[in-house]
Amino acid sequence: MSAIVNGAGKVVDFVDERITASNWLKRNIRKVFPDHWSFLLGEIALFSFILILLSGVFLTLWFKPSMAHIVYDGAYTPLRGTGMSEAYASTLELSFEVRGGLLMRQVHHWGALVFLAAMSAHMLRVFFTGAFRKPREMNWLVGVTLLFLGVATGFTGYSLPDDLLSGTGLRIIEGGMLAIPVVGTYLSWLLFGGEYPGDDIVSRLYPLHILLFPGLIILLVTVHLMLLWYQKHTHWGGSGKTNKNVVGAPFWPVYVFKAGGFQFIVFGVIILMAATIQINPVWFWGPYDPAVVSAGTQPDWYVGFLDGALRVMPPWEPEIFGYPLTLSVLIPAIILPGLILTPLALYPWIEQYATGDRREHHVLDRPRNQPVRTGIGVAFITFYLQLWIAGGNDFFATVLDIPVNWITRFIQFGLIVLTPLSFWVTKRICIGLQRRDRDTLLHGRETGVIMVSPSGEFSELHEPLDPHSAYDLAFRERQLPIDPGPATDANGVPNPSYKANRRRARLSRFYFGDVVQKPTAEELEAAQHHELERGDRQQELTSGQQ
Amino acid sequence: MKSPSSRPAGRRSRLSRALSSRRRHPLAAIAVLVAVLFTCGGAYAALAPSASVSTDAASSTQIDDGKKLFAVGCASCHGLGGEGIVKEDGTVLGPSLIGVGAAAVDFQVGTGRMPMAAPNAQAERKPVAYNDEQIAALSAYVASLAPGPDVPDEEDVDPSAGDVARGGELFRANCAQCHNTTGQGGALSMGQYAPSLTGVSPKHIYEAMITGPQAMPVFNDETIPAQDKQDIIAFLKSVEEEPNPGGLGIGRAGPVAEGLWAWLIGIGVLIGMATWIVTRSSKS
Repeated sequence: MSAIVNGAGKVVDFVDERITASNWLKRNIRKVFPDHWSFLLGEIALFSFILILLSGVFLTLWFKPSMAHIVYDGAYTPLRGTGMSEAYASTLELSFEVRGGLLMRQVHHWGALVFLAAMSAHMLRVFFTGAFRKPREMNWLVGVTLLFLGVATGFTGYSLPDDLLSGTGLRIIEGGMLAIPVVGTYLSWLLFGGEYPGDDIVSRLYPLHILLFPGLIILLVTVHLMLLWYQKHTHWGGSGKTNKNVVGAPFWPVYVFKAGGFQFIVFGVIILMAATIQINPVWFWGPYDPAVVSAGTQPDWYVGFLDGALRVMPPWEPEIFGYPLTLSVLIPAIILPGLILTPLALYPWIEQYATGDRREHHVLDRPRNQPVRTGIGVAFITFYLQLWIAGGNDFFATVLDIPVNWITRFIQFGLIVLTPLSFWVTKRICIGLQRRDRDTLLHGRETGVIMVSPSGEFSELHEPLDPHSAYDLAFRERQLPIDPGPATDANGVPNPSYKANRRRARLSRFYFGDVVQKPTAEELEAAQHHELERGDRQQELTSGQQ
Repeated sequence: MKSPSSRPAGRRSRLSRALSSRRRHPLAAIAVLVAVLFTCGGAYAALAPSASVSTDAASSTQIDDGKKLFAVGCASCHGLGGEGIVKEDGTVLGPSLIGVGAAAVDFQVGTGRMPMAAPNAQAERKPVAYNDEQIAALSAYVASLAPGPDVPDEEDVDPSAGDVARGGELFRANCAQCHNTTGQGGALSMGQYAPSLTGVSPKHIYEAMITGPQAMPVFNDETIPAQDKQDIIAFLKSVEEEPNPGGLGIGRAGPVAEGLWAWLIGIGVLIGMATWIVTRSSKS
């Protein structure tokens, strides 16, 4: 045993003498990571991605990315004698003839759905807690790009088996491209190698799906993690936790095992799902045939919002110089994704501009303490969810037994009405919670003990907070709207940047105008004094009783 | 040596002796009467319905029976002569049944769609209100109004005589638009829907194709020849009996259901696990 240890020590020594890594390791291996369930959402994404890579490599060994037409003669009898592409036939082969193939297909697909769901949940966590603020704006951008790449990889994968669903999905992509004015037709012919569907699309999507997109994802995940490592993880505020430290457990020997263990939990859950729940049974959908569209055709969930936008869009098609401009497709399929992605990517800078806050932040915000940001986030979720429901309007109509037209019409109005309404409601809830925090700080915890004064007045006794809980509520900063300053200076000379300042001040008021500020030291003092007095009175009363 | 038949023979003779000795018993007449009534009643109950079904050609008594049933159960919407009722404001209370044929009645009444519970966007499948004999009588009556598609023969709808693969292609090309690829059904406009085809009898599938009930188009023998219909039935029955090799079928409903499961089960369980793992804190 000791010989082995000695031998290993010699090897390590050999390496260390040449690249002097031990210093670097010593510093980094004790890197501290804070503990909170919401910090593990990104890890779910990372680990499910690893599982997707592993199962995907397995699938490439049998999958044939070819649209060559063959007549099926495989193990699945209900399709024997049916004409199909080699891609679809090899997917059937994977499902029914390759040992473990169906499990791997299902691991790959469930893994992909969980991967994108985890990325989305992770992004929402980062958004609602303000973890994207300086110095992490760059990593936010990397994250948004990763989400986009994840959707792109997912969609190309969905299209590969050349079953009825995947072909219909591609048909919609073709429709979206054709709606682009002037160049649309050329783009579509470029992608499909001629008239849709052609014989090329599967073999063209294949390298994108198994090489380019995953390669970029691996690259960006590396950048993402290096930035995270270098910039350190954010943590929740509280006593002892500041902008200058990270409170948690060291990477070695604690966090590495937690993360390692969690990796196997993620693997386990996804493989268990794959082993017990059927996903994308392509043998039921049948081979793709451009003449066939089935009821209940939907994309995977992460593309569902685009399909939903198409379904609820009014049929607008004005004519310009005799050419139709298909707004009913152009807006939902091309413009909407841009309208969602651009503000999403730029949000850290938008908020910086509005609040004028350019300082570094390593302590997270409680969502309630940023009512407007939280409201924007919830409004986005409401908007997105409605589009997703619209994408499955026929599914929900069947399941809930209501007319599909009602769902569509409801969402057409809901997108315009419910989205701002959810913003407003969320903001008010946040402000309400802030008021309660302020009351708790000023007057202490409610005890549930009701006191009757000699004059017959009822009041509830409050117990002062312990300093730690009080700090948890009070560590946040005061948020005051920017003051645009006077339009002219003391000599009556107009300020040239006054207009820009006023614009910013207005935005800043939008963010912070209604925020409930935490109590000042004087207010706190006065309130505590008041509570003390009441406490004394209560003392007198109880002693009088005895 | 006794022959094997001697003992039952002896028993029979003992039984007949006992019967003949007791035929003067005061209760003997009553016992005979009861036995005869049971035999006759049982035989009638066992033989009568099958006898009436087996007569394919509609007898005039069957048409008369059907007419009476029709007047009670159907005429309030379809009119006394099956000519249909259109209200003054133009809404159709019940369409004309002249020429719809026995197949339409057999489908609508045989699947419980008719009589309708309430005037809805669509009549839904529910427990059947009439027995086979009454359905046959109603069909015979409506068929007597004008010629129309007839109830198919047993061998025309036998799934075992169809080609499953071909049926699948035909189903996807002609039916999946509304009924989904495996006949799960789907939504149509304004509250109408294509019903699920799971558990529908081959005869009723066939009748639906030739009569085009409600929102469904008619697929007559020129659009889809009889053999193709049989292939489609074979496909539907095959897909219905097929197990889900991948595990839980989750309705075979496709990506929306899968997305819900990925979020509710996948992310839900994993967040639960994450919450659990962060509570396992260490001392260092």
